[in-house]
Amino acid sequence: MANKSKYYVSGYIRTHSIPAVIDVNLTIDKGEILALVGESGSGKTTLAKMILRLIKPSSGSILLHGRDIYSYPIELYYTMVQGIFQDPYTSFNPVKTILDSLMDAVSLKFKAGNKKINKVESLKTVESLLLKLGMNPSDILAKYPHELSGGQLQRILLARAFIIEPELLLADEPTSMIDASTRMAVLDMMFQLNREKATSIVFITHDLSQAFYVADKIAIMYRGRIVEYGERDEILSNPKSDYTRQLLSSIPKLSERWFKI
Amino acid sequence: MTIMTIVIVGGILPKNVLLYVKNLSGGYKTTYGYFRAVDRVSLDLYLREIVGIVGESGSGKTTLLKLISSKGCISPLILEQGEIMVENVDASRISCEEWRKRVLGRELVYVPQAAYDAIYPYKKIWSFYKDMLKEHEVDIDSKETENQIKQDLARYIESVGLDTSILDRYPFELSGGMRQRTIIAIASSLRPSVLLLDEPTSALDVITQKRVLSTIAEIFEKGYIKSALMSSHDVASLRQLVHRIYVMYSGRIFEFADTDTVIKSPMHPYTQMLIESLEAFEGFKSYREYKPRVAYKSLTTIYDVWVLKGCKFHPRCPYASDVCRMEEPPTVEIGEGHHVMCWLYVKR
Repeated sequence: MANKSKYYVSGYIRTHSIPAVIDVNLTIDKGEILALVGESGSGKTTLAKMILRLIKPSSGSILLHGRDIYSYPIELYYTMVQGIFQDPYTSFNPVKTILDSLMDAVSLKFKAGNKKINKVESLKTVESLLLKLGMNPSDILAKYPHELSGGQLQRILLARAFIIEPELLLADEPTSMIDASTRMAVLDMMFQLNREKATSIVFITHDLSQAFYVADKIAIMYRGRIVEYGERDEILSNPKSDYTRQLLSSIPKLSERWFKI
Repeated sequence: MTIMTIVIVGGILPKNVLLYVKNLSGGYKTTYGYFRAVDRVSLDLYLREIVGIVGESGSGKTTLLKLISSKGCISPLILEQGEIMVENVDASRISCEEWRKRVLGRELVYVPQAAYDAIYPYKKIWSFYKDMLKEHEVDIDSKETENQIKQDLARYIESVGLDTSILDRYPFELSGGMRQRTIIAIASSLRPSVLLLDEPTSALDVITQKRVLSTIAEIFEKGYIKSALMSSHDVASLRQLVHRIYVMYSGRIFEFADTDTVIKSPMHPYTQMLIESLEAFEGFKSYREYKPRVAYKSLTTIYDVWVLKGCKFHPRCPYASDVCRMEEPPTVEIGEGHHVMCWLYVKR
């Protein structure tokens, strides 16, 4: 990834552009987990959308295996790069059952590999996968997205990623809408994907302590720019920018109390 | 300072109890019938105390705060049963109108979740305060009185660490965090006894969250409010501020004790899981070096938890036994001011 910036055009009477992501340079190796940290409006989601080919960068390029991502056929690209988002409810087609949504993923995988789809076989694949991930297929498959909880849907999205086996997974605040006690289950599944399929993960979060928990490398974004980028241990022991230091001191901890009142 | 059982003599609360809630139940009418969101909750708030309510989404935190502030006057929320007393005013004895005039905004102020996103965009911050005074029948008859009131407000705003220039700004000119701090400051400007805050820091980033929390601390420390009740799903941020914590799940209070006790020695399996899930992120550990202590049971949300017999938590509880499936446990006191609703601690 090199030198990208994206300008959002805003304004009604006077038109001007707001750069959302400026001069970002990042590399992600195979099997690596990179956490992208930043507050609201720092450009982390825009960056993810550019990598997912949902927004075109206005300058610079994003390379996958040394090739520009726009040079891949779109279906092939989405078998290599997948995303999961903050709100799992909007990530599913509401009129399709979970089974249909997962079967779509299976057919995407098969099409890309130029294979014929065998319905019975792919149903078996889906069922055994859900069992392996600790979900009960008979409970879930016939249901519609609104009948399931956010945590369950988020895990089904990850199950979808297990089917597709992408090389890169963009997880945009996957745990921000689910509760603390369910959060661990979602994260554990993500680690499992990383371990078993060697999927590289870009984990986007505004929570620095979560970033330290999941990541090998961390990039901190502020107002569209990357202000800190490096190995997690190095950032923890020796933060270079003021913003990082301020972030580190603002995280509430169970072991300390700020206000002696 | 906690009194174990509050005795009310002749409709008067003990001197240091500001808010007294007993066996409060309430909920909503839906297409599928009545839905009870708050189930027999008892809670007290003492003078010079900030209390936190922690629970996951759908546990009933917001409904509880709404029930206390509206006393069932605002539909579709229905107050089924229970007592609410604020500073010796018994909610069941006065009409909705009187409650609104005498209690709301004066003795008891409720700041809803994401209040900062709900303020009218075409009005300056200062005029929200004016509207509030009008609601409380304060006469602003002349320009001089208005100026005087504005100066007083500016002094107050400054004393809680905010910039006075915000009074002449429009809401959209302020950031979310600034707006939230302003609202909390204005809400407490009439020196209420009880301030109810619903998730005051949710959806704010950590730096802003710290600022909002310190505004609350400042308002409390300077004595502008006598007590506060604050809900959150984040124990770590509550820990920075509150004196006692109530743990809520599916409309019930599962455990309550002072903050240190809840965090250092949680007793209810749910609280244990909750604290455990947060400890993973403490001290910037990496998942590669972290081993959880409590075995997580499949965390499938049980939707019919509301019609469950027995303990509401038993489908997710690693220690669930037959009695948990049959009967709801009583709340027992297991330490000083430490109450738990779990069969594990009931001597039989």
